[in-house]
Amino acid sequence: MPPKEVYFDLENSGYVPDDVVDVMLPYFNKRGYGHPAITHRLGWEALDLIIGTKELVAKTLNLANPENLVFTHSGTEANNLAIQGYLIANRDKLRGKKVLVSSIEHLSVIFPAQFVSELLGLEVIKVPVDKEGFVDPEVLKYYVDRDVGLVSIQLVNHEIGTIQKLRDLIEVVRDRNPDVVFHTDASDAYGRVRIDLRDLDVDMMTLSSHKIHGPRGVGVLYVRDGVRIEPILRGQLSVEKLWPGVELTPLIAGFRKAVELAFNNFEENVKYLTSLRDKLLNGILNSVSDVVLNGPSGDERAPDNVNVAFKYVEGEALTIELSGYGVYVSSGSACSSRFLEPSHVLLAIGREYELAHGSILFKVSRYHKGEDIDYALEVLPKAVDRLRTLSPLTPRRA
Amino acid sequence: MSSRIPLPYSPVVLEYFRNPKNVGRMENATVQSTAGSPACGDMIRLYLRIEDDLIVEATFESYGCAANIAAASILTEMIKGKTLKEAWEIKWNDISDKLGGLPPIKYHCSILAVGALKRAIRTYYNEVRKEVPDWLPKNLSTEEKQTMEEEELIERMYSRVPKSSGAENGK
Repeated sequence: MPPKEVYFDLENSGYVPDDVVDVMLPYFNKRGYGHPAITHRLGWEALDLIIGTKELVAKTLNLANPENLVFTHSGTEANNLAIQGYLIANRDKLRGKKVLVSSIEHLSVIFPAQFVSELLGLEVIKVPVDKEGFVDPEVLKYYVDRDVGLVSIQLVNHEIGTIQKLRDLIEVVRDRNPDVVFHTDASDAYGRVRIDLRDLDVDMMTLSSHKIHGPRGVGVLYVRDGVRIEPILRGQLSVEKLWPGVELTPLIAGFRKAVELAFNNFEENVKYLTSLRDKLLNGILNSVSDVVLNGPSGDERAPDNVNVAFKYVEGEALTIELSGYGVYVSSGSACSSRFLEPSHVLLAIGREYELAHGSILFKVSRYHKGEDIDYALEVLPKAVDRLRTLSPLTPRRA
Repeated sequence: MSSRIPLPYSPVVLEYFRNPKNVGRMENATVQSTAGSPACGDMIRLYLRIEDDLIVEATFESYGCAANIAAASILTEMIKGKTLKEAWEIKWNDISDKLGGLPPIKYHCSILAVGALKRAIRTYYNEVRKEVPDWLPKNLSTEEKQTMEEEELIERMYSRVPKSSGAENGK
């Protein structure tokens, strides 16, 4: 066993703390394990939990009506419901129209957009981003015409932490075509970047439980009144009118607790995350040579995101090497993702293949301590150095 | 070090990844060869010292995943002490077998390793000895062909991507 373990792979799967696990367990067999649409005590308890959780989430978003929120079983499902559900429900008026997505969207936005558009004869256009991942409002303006039906641009990028200037982008879209429905995937913003729906003029928005230390298995879709969506799964509807099946009350209970924890000391949490992020990033830049930061820096970057490319080494080898030290990360390399091409996000910001292959994503969390970052910084140079001594690409210095 | 890395990788692969044999550039190599490219995310450079058609020393450098490093390393062990004719007989699946199996998505790592070997043998006869023996086939072997295909494929994909100019530290 390594002397210490530090889990930074919060992008791919979250760490669920004990206090969140503890509130989930009773909902399996002690309380609220009934079907929330059935009229008995255990069903009512389940219903209470669902309503109460939506009220809490609505409060964190400054949303007046909690009924605009739909639970799905993941962020991926919420994105699919938004994209597929909207395009299918409005297929007649959208015939021949265009769907705009940024080129760095999560694949759970890009793939359903492409899939349904092909079925319905729509066109998907990927809007380019600059080298830090920003969609330029002036560039977006060029793409938005009367033929655009749906736009999806995430609030925070999941890989490189770019905080999109979403209000400016929405303004451009509304100005050019007031009929467009605007969806944002806010999974990587929620709990870390303030979202105020009185101020952010989106029509649909996705959230995900596991990105804020809730359990995997809960996604949320906000749908504004008047936006018509078709369920994309068929079956007995319960409390949710857009998502069939029995609601996952134990997981929703965990999500509720995770929301409470994320928003209890929101500003302090964000400040703490930012300090860990900067400690890790500056530590890497100071202790390892030939490192390139992927994405923006400072206030334009999500407070939990560190993504760097280590030249001359391949990311999968580095994730395995770091795993030996008990430091768990993920990589933008083709090898680790099992696809031939490396991360589409890194390619979209213009990273060369070899830099994309050597990119490592760390996400810091309020459960990390300063000493966790110290440990990562202690072992990282060793791990990178060993692989660089093997690499034919490493420049030989006299 | 921990051994809790989830398999797809066999213990042999992980052992060669952690403790690779015959690592590094060889200053007095008779011949060297490269297979793969940085853009592929997998690249092997092989160095051979050859005396009277016998491989007396073999080393490698690798830029790539754990399977790539392990395949190159075990290859150098397998060919040391072999004649070039014997080494030519090694197939890509001999490498994956020796490694205790590779996940199918990693087969190309053993293909690259054997591709590099066969390129080195050809280069030796074509450029160093300038005399090609009867047993060396004129047509490219499977491994040489597939190595070339992988390099060409990534070249085509790569040409679609603009070069970036990211901020970086100057150390």
